[in-house]
Amino acid sequence: MDGLEITDVSSCDLSGRQDHRVPGEPMLRVRGLTRIYGRECPDCVPRTGPEAGSNICPGCGSVVACAGVSFDLYAGEILGVVGESGSGKSTLVQCLYFDSAVTAGEAYLRNYREGAVNILGSSAQEQRHIRHHLMGMVYQKPHQGLRLDCTAGGNIAEKLLAAEFFHVGRIRERASELLLRTEVPLERMDHLPRHFSGGMQQRVQIAKALANSPPLVFLDEVTTGLDVSVQARVLDLIRHLHRELGLAMVVVSHDLGVIRLLTDCTLVMKTGRVVEAGLTDQILGDPQHPYTQLLVSSLL
Amino acid sequence: MGYVPVKGGREAIEAAEDLVRYFRVRGGSAPLAAQQIQDQMRLAVDRVMGEGGLYAPFHAAVALKQAEGDTVEASFVLRAYRSTLPRMGYSTVTDTREMTVIRRVSAAFKDVPGGQVLGPTRDYSLRLLNLELAEEDSRQIEAFLARYRPRPDGGERPRSFPKVVDMLRAEGLLAEYATKPEPDVIPDLTRQPLTFPASRPVRLQSMARSETGGLMTLAYSSMRGYGNVHPTLGELRVGYVPVSVPHRHRAGSTVAIGRVLVTEAEIIARMDETEAKTSPRFTLGYGLCFGHNEIKAISTAVLDRTMQNAAGAAPAEDEEFVLYHADGIEASGFTAHWKLPHYVTFQSVLDRLRRMQDLAGEEKTQGEDTDDAG
Amino acid sequence: MPDKQAVRPGYNFAFLDEQTKKEIRRRILKAVAVPGYQVPFASRELPIAQGWGTGGLQLTLALVGPGDVVKVIDQGSDDVVNAVNIRRLLLQTTGVKTTEDTGAATLIQTRHRIPEERLREEQALVFQVPYPEPLRRVEPSEVKTREMHAEADYSRLWVFLYEDIVRWREITIGAQYPVLVNGRYVMDPSPIPRWDIPKLHMAANLNLFGAGREKRIYAVPPYTRVEPLAFEDHQFRVESFDGKHCAVCGSTASFLDELIDDHTGARRHTCSDVAYCAKRHQLLSENGPGAGRQTGNETGGGA
Repeated sequence: MDGLEITDVSSCDLSGRQDHRVPGEPMLRVRGLTRIYGRECPDCVPRTGPEAGSNICPGCGSVVACAGVSFDLYAGEILGVVGESGSGKSTLVQCLYFDSAVTAGEAYLRNYREGAVNILGSSAQEQRHIRHHLMGMVYQKPHQGLRLDCTAGGNIAEKLLAAEFFHVGRIRERASELLLRTEVPLERMDHLPRHFSGGMQQRVQIAKALANSPPLVFLDEVTTGLDVSVQARVLDLIRHLHRELGLAMVVVSHDLGVIRLLTDCTLVMKTGRVVEAGLTDQILGDPQHPYTQLLVSSLL
Repeated sequence: MGYVPVKGGREAIEAAEDLVRYFRVRGGSAPLAAQQIQDQMRLAVDRVMGEGGLYAPFHAAVALKQAEGDTVEASFVLRAYRSTLPRMGYSTVTDTREMTVIRRVSAAFKDVPGGQVLGPTRDYSLRLLNLELAEEDSRQIEAFLARYRPRPDGGERPRSFPKVVDMLRAEGLLAEYATKPEPDVIPDLTRQPLTFPASRPVRLQSMARSETGGLMTLAYSSMRGYGNVHPTLGELRVGYVPVSVPHRHRAGSTVAIGRVLVTEAEIIARMDETEAKTSPRFTLGYGLCFGHNEIKAISTAVLDRTMQNAAGAAPAEDEEFVLYHADGIEASGFTAHWKLPHYVTFQSVLDRLRRMQDLAGEEKTQGEDTDDAG
Repeated sequence: MPDKQAVRPGYNFAFLDEQTKKEIRRRILKAVAVPGYQVPFASRELPIAQGWGTGGLQLTLALVGPGDVVKVIDQGSDDVVNAVNIRRLLLQTTGVKTTEDTGAATLIQTRHRIPEERLREEQALVFQVPYPEPLRRVEPSEVKTREMHAEADYSRLWVFLYEDIVRWREITIGAQYPVLVNGRYVMDPSPIPRWDIPKLHMAANLNLFGAGREKRIYAVPPYTRVEPLAFEDHQFRVESFDGKHCAVCGSTASFLDELIDDHTGARRHTCSDVAYCAKRHQLLSENGPGAGRQTGNETGGGA
């Protein structure tokens, strides 16, 4: 199968819809998102994918990181993206956060121009605006999302300043509030994250991502590389924040445990394609695709 | 009046200029003729022509005399002089295959077609201080010239040779460049601003004018491991190339207007990673500069190659780092500018520091007050 | 002006060839059209070293005509050796009239100061700029800073200011304070003291900035908004000369140089703008005390 068609859009079963969701109007709509690294040829998409067993195009050597990914995400919902490394799951969120350009595909954000504009085709300046006002991102490695040589407070301030929040007193109030929420001791606010533990760096990163109260947050393998006890604390925090703030989230992880704990629905990705999509409970309980079955059985 | 460092005006400047001249001539020796510098300080003249961006051996010799031998200063004088000259036109592309070679070596092959031509080089001379030169007189020079015979198999006889890189290309061992820029679209760095990303012609032009020592330092950093491209010297040539311009009235034909001495280096480097999918090939680094300046040509060639490493993080791989910092005129001017008065800015910084000290003092006093209260 | 030097034969009027001057004028027009935006130009080498005012000088050389009256200052003074040297080059290559009187000049080239006397619409002020890029404090790469300007992405510079306040309770930038021009581009005003920044705001004259070594030209056209970056709760402040006055002319509304007496070690202050000080001093001696009182013609930022 080479990516899902638009008629085959992945989304949660509407019967599971929560109360605060606006019926029928997703917060984020993604259609046919494709990212190819390399020269590209007409064979790239047809000759790669799960059936081909590879994401490297035999014709031109390009890497098809992901192709034809479509899904809907509703307000307050958490979407999981699971797969092994090289499956294209990180590329997907990097494209949606504009860290990486897309080769093809569209995305619409309900809070931006009434969802009428394909944000993947917007200008760099518009994308910057969207990133700073409507999105948050938490990367796997803290140094990707934090300036380790700026203070923790300065890191949070950067997001607020980007959204034209020019009052030091109020910036510090907001930063304290966020650090409190993410369980970072306030006396560390004016210290450099370079000297923090991995878990604390990750919590500062989460605080930074939440600075402008974005309705949508991406989390890319945020617990990978942390000690198990620290992992549990960060996951707890994410669940807590979600409950409290009603954020929509896209959680990327290779770990089905994380997916089970956090998400409402899930995309399973392999060699750049979505092979299965649906409610997380259903996918875990009754996996259809052989690859998902393999993943689930290894979890048990 | 006490020491007044900055105010003094014209008299002071003129007095300083007189003093400079006095220091140059006070020894009472015979004045140096510019022609002597041009003939006997050949490599300094070549270096100044390259860094000054003007092929004018006599003017470069005068500049060296004026600068008392400081090549950076002499290059600066020559470049400033160059600014006053209108751009009359552009030469046609010079093919260095037409070079009349005076020296040519390859490190890549033991036996290279055409043979190695050592030419005028000190490479294998013992660096013993030759005190006999202190006593050299014109009779000795005349006697040497009367005795000297160019070797029958080379010497000064003009020769041209097949290029080593052409042989590698013919065998498919060397990557072809994707696009060869047309001569009429090659940007002119002296008339257009340097912006980034810079094209390869711009990089090569910029390095041709850069300071020899600056390029060497950056290239050496790569050779030692900061972004190493593992170079092999494919070919180093020194020789004369003809310069032609388009004929004014007859379209398509050209007129030769002279020849210039240049040094050309081609280094062969490791395979290009991005092309790993296709069949592996060597890549090339190219360097060319005015005059006889082998260190500069080799350094340029190495840096030309290092800057092609797209994902490189070492200074020598970063074109902004290389091109912004290797120009001797820019770097020396800015380094010297710290001698200019900065007392207004210093006053402004002083104001800030005093204010910070006051604030710190307040904080301390407040702290003590609280302690008292407690 | 006592400088009487012959125009040096063999050089074009104003040193540069006409082609070059035209190109620089075109770049100036672009800079004026996009206030605060750094326009790249192919900077030429001049007989003075790069870093010593070649950017400002190229603007002056491209603009000067035989009818101009030129003033050159460095640190506020016409008599500092570098100002003298630049004036000497102008005289030797143009033969134009020069002056020390700010009011009489049509074209003023300056390093590190804006004259205290308010400039008029028909005057142009040319700044010598060492570092044209205000974002260099936070980002060394030119490619990245140009991208940041294009996207009006100044948050990292703001973080720098925020951290300064957190660490020191105030912004520690002395001279060369970053400003926002016309609400769009953040600009480096050259290393003028903060005292001079308010003079740029809605100024009647044309302000041109030239960086020779870095090959950039930018401009603040007449009557353009120029706002120092500041927080709502941390206002921009100019240098404080509270309780101090000029020992020569008594001014309390001009930027002061601090001098240390050779023998006694005592401090005293004099106006940094020497021509302004001399004018006031002359008024005082002609008309007695009181005549030199601030006339409201000064634009001292501290007033």
